[in-house]
Amino acid sequence: MPPGGSNLIILDEDFKRINASLTRLNQEARGKAVFLIDKNGQLIASQGETAGLDTTSLASLTAGNIAATGGLAQILGEKEFSVLFHEGERDHLHISIVAQRVILVVIFDNRSSLGLVRLRVKKASEDLTRIFADILKKLEREAGKARALFTTQFAEITDEDIDNLFAKG
Amino acid sequence: MSFINYSAREINCKIVYYGPGLCGKTTNLQHIYKKVDPAAKGKLISLATETERTLFFDFMPLHLGEIRGFKVRLHLYTVPGQVFYDASRKLILKGADGIVFVADSQLERMESNIESLQNLEQNLGEQGLSLEKLPFVLQYNKRDLPNVVSVEDLQRALNSRTVPWYEATATTGVGVFETLKAIAKLVLQELKKKE
Repeated sequence: MPPGGSNLIILDEDFKRINASLTRLNQEARGKAVFLIDKNGQLIASQGETAGLDTTSLASLTAGNIAATGGLAQILGEKEFSVLFHEGERDHLHISIVAQRVILVVIFDNRSSLGLVRLRVKKASEDLTRIFADILKKLEREAGKARALFTTQFAEITDEDIDNLFAKG
Repeated sequence: MSFINYSAREINCKIVYYGPGLCGKTTNLQHIYKKVDPAAKGKLISLATETERTLFFDFMPLHLGEIRGFKVRLHLYTVPGQVFYDASRKLILKGADGIVFVADSQLERMESNIESLQNLEQNLGEQGLSLEKLPFVLQYNKRDLPNVVSVEDLQRALNSRTVPWYEATATTGVGVFETLKAIAKLVLQELKKKE
């Protein structure tokens, strides 16, 4: 990813592939929930028991966590620490970086084990890396098209529309 | 770097509040949090020390509503203002779509304002970004205090780019939403341009 990065645009078909991959991972790893998060803290997708969770905060804090750990890695001369594990009394967090660009989080409890989660995450990472390679390739190839799609809808937005967003506040 | 999810028809933008220590960045967020409809906001997360100095960041998601079928959501972040937290500031700046610089209007804080603005320029520069290219607004905070610098002097010292600026008293909420609205507008307009 170049410094500053470009907008990440995920089209419907790829979003479905991501979700399918996450569902599979959650089942195979016997996890409670899995999340895919952009390094900037935006939640991309989630699967599993997410109902009671504040997913937006989870995404932002995970990204902060990865960013801080990345800072530590640099100090030690490492490129990154690609896996983090947080152990709780009941629930545990397995956090890993996929394709150097997105963060994969698995929440699991004692029905699963760290070994199993690691194994399944490795497999799912390969899968997700392929999907993201496709997304980036497609973005390059179809950047124009994706932008055009967005432009036609977004360019119509007037200052008044933006003002209206705040009318309630 | 905004994140556009076509499937969920969502646009997420990251706005960072920057400025010297104790200038009122967290207070800005706290006021927004207090005033916004509970349905439109997520939790306000503050990673702060026991003395309420921001340690890593404050974070608050805010749903603005919909434009043309797109849900617009802002992610508001503050950076820790204290000089020695520079590594954390750099991390939080990554991927910012817009920046609010909160300046402390008090005379004795002028040097810190200037230093912090230079620090912002430098940290953006390291990422190949600049204040010329990013949506950027200024907030002159703490206008209610007795020993404040005149707006003209603040303008001269901090606003060489002549970006939109707002006088504020974040503790009572004066100017807080005006600032937020201005940066949100610039970010959305920029999105329109870029795409």
